Amino acid sequence: MEFWLTQAFNGISYGAMLFLLGSGLSLVFGVMRIVNLAHGSYFLLGGYVGLTTVLKTKSFPLALLSGALSVALIGLGMERFFLRKLGRQSLSQVLMTMGFALVFQDLGLLIWGGDPYTLAVPAFLARSAQVGPVFVPFYRLFIIAVALAVGIALWAFLERTRAGASIRATVDDAEMAQGVGINVPLVSAGVFALGAFLAALGGVVGAGFIGVYPGLDFEVLPYAFVVVIVGGLGSLQGVVVGSLLVGLLDNFGKALFPELSYFTLFAPMALILALKPTGLFGKR
Amino acid sequence: MTRRRAIPLVACAALLLAAPPFLPPYALTLLTQILIYAIFAMSLDLLLGYTGLASLGHAAYFGVAAYVVAILTTQYHASFWLCLCAALLAASAVAAVFGLIAIRAAGVYFLMITLALGMVIWGLAFRWVSLTMGDNGISGIARPSILPGWSLARPVPFHYLTLFAFFIAFALLSVVVRSPFGLSLRGIRETERRMGALGYQVWLHKYLAFVLSGAFAGLAGALWAYYNGFVSPVELHLLTSVEALLMVALGGPGTLLGPALGAAIIVLFKNLLSIYTKRWLLILGLVYIGVIVFAPKGIVGALRGARR
Repeated sequence: MEFWLTQAFNGISYGAMLFLLGSGLSLVFGVMRIVNLAHGSYFLLGGYVGLTTVLKTKSFPLALLSGALSVALIGLGMERFFLRKLGRQSLSQVLMTMGFALVFQDLGLLIWGGDPYTLAVPAFLARSAQVGPVFVPFYRLFIIAVALAVGIALWAFLERTRAGASIRATVDDAEMAQGVGINVPLVSAGVFALGAFLAALGGVVGAGFIGVYPGLDFEVLPYAFVVVIVGGLGSLQGVVVGSLLVGLLDNFGKALFPELSYFTLFAPMALILALKPTGLFGKR
Repeated sequence: MTRRRAIPLVACAALLLAAPPFLPPYALTLLTQILIYAIFAMSLDLLLGYTGLASLGHAAYFGVAAYVVAILTTQYHASFWLCLCAALLAASAVAAVFGLIAIRAAGVYFLMITLALGMVIWGLAFRWVSLTMGDNGISGIARPSILPGWSLARPVPFHYLTLFAFFIAFALLSVVVRSPFGLSLRGIRETERRMGALGYQVWLHKYLAFVLSGAFAGLAGALWAYYNGFVSPVELHLLTSVEALLMVALGGPGTLLGPALGAAIIVLFKNLLSIYTKRWLLILGLVYIGVIVFAPKGIVGALRGARR
C-alpha cells in the first residue's frame, strides 16, 4: 500500500512538471503546427538561468521569473526571424529547430560547464512531512500547486479573454481567423513566446527537483512529445490527462520494471494511437 | 538513364573501386564511414523523398541492426552471414511493427509518432543493461570473415565490403524507385487522395516503402557495428535520426545520389571540424539552420535550378 501511494504521489508531481513542459508544446502545435525540437532546450535554458539567478540574488521567485521571461524572449526571436519564414514545411521546421537545439546545447555547455546542478530551493520548501505511510516532500507539493495555478490561468486566459478567443480561433482555422480580422502573425508570435515561457518555467521548477545538466534537453523532449501525442495536439484537457498518465506510467515503470521503463512508457502510447490516432482529446 | 548522366556515374564508381589501396589510412576510414552513412541516408530518402514521409525515428532500424551484430558477435561469436541476416531481419521486423502504428498518421503526427517510437528503442538500449550494457555500450566487435580464412579485419578489404554493399543498395534502390511501385510512391507523395481514388492501395504502398526503408537502414547499421567495433545508445538517438534527415535535405530529397552526397558532406564536416574545434556542435547547429535558410531544396535541387 505504502509503495503504491508513494509512487502515485511521485508520479503525480512528476506529471505536474510535465504539464508545464507539455502545455507549451501543445499550444504552439495547435496554433502553428510546428514540431519544435528545441522545446526541451527551453526547459534546459530556463533551468540554467534560474540557477544563476538563485546563485546571484538568493531569490527563488526571481529565478522563476527571470528563467521563464528570458527564454520567452529567445522563443520570440526564433519565431519572428527564423520560423515564420518557413510557413508550414514540417521538414524545414524540424531541421531548423534541431539546429537551434544543438546551438543551445553547446552554449549551455560553454556557459555553465558539464557538471550537474540542483537549484537551491527556499528553506520552507526543502522540508517534508509524513502523511500516514507516505513521505511527502513539500517541494513536490509546490510543483503540483504551480501546475494547478498555471493550468487554471491558462484555461481562464484561453476561454475567458479576447486574446484567448483569438488563439482558439487560430487553432481551429488560421485562414478564417485571418479573414475575420485576427492578426494571426501576432497571435503566432505571442503563442510561441508563451510556449517557451511555460517550458522554461517547468525547467526552473524542475531544476530544484531533477536538477539541470547537459543532455537534459533531449531527455525531456520525448516526454513532452508523448504527453502531447497521448492527450491530443492543441487541447488543454489533453495535456492535463496526458501529463498525469505519463508521469504515473513513468514512475511505476521505473519502480516495477526498471530495465523496461521506457517501454512501459511508450507502449501504452502506441496502444492509444492504434485505437485513436489523434490522441485522447485530439480533434483531427 | 541517359548517356550524359551515366558517364560521370561510371567514372565515380571506377574511382571508388580503384582509389582505396592508395589512400592514406585516415582518408580511407572516412570514406568507409561516408559509404555507410550514404546507405543510411538513401534508405531514408525512399521514405522522405519518394513517398513524402518524414520519419524522425530512422535511427531505430540502424541501431537495432548494429546492436544485433554487436550482441551476436561478442556473445555468440556468430558468423558474418548469420549476423547480417539477423540484423536485416531485426531491422525489418522493427520497421514492420512501427509502420503498423505510424502509417495511420499523416504529416506532423507522423513526425511525432516516429520520434516517440524511435525513442522507445533508444530507451530499451539505454535501460536494458543486462542485454545492451546500457550507456557503456558494447565494445570489442571484431571485423568479420566473409569466408573461412578470408578476414576483413584490415581497412582496405573492409572498405571493399562496404563499397560492395553500397553498390548493391544503390542498384536495388534505383530499381525500386524506377519500378511501377516506385512511381506509385511518387504519385502518393504528390496527391495521396487521387491515388486512392484511382484504386491504388495507398496504405500498403506506404507500408512496404516503410519496411523496405527500414531494411536498408539495417544494412547500414550492421556495417556500422563492424566498422566502429563499438555500439552505444547514441546510434539510436533522435540526433542520429535528424542527422540522416539533414543529409537527405542537404543533398536533395527525391534523388538517390543527393543523399549520398549529403552524407559525404556531413561526415567529412563533422570529422574534420571535431579535429580543429571543441565547439563543433555549435557549428553543426548553425549548419542545420544555414541549410534551411540558404539551400532549402538541397544541393542537387539548387544545381537543377541553376541549369534551367
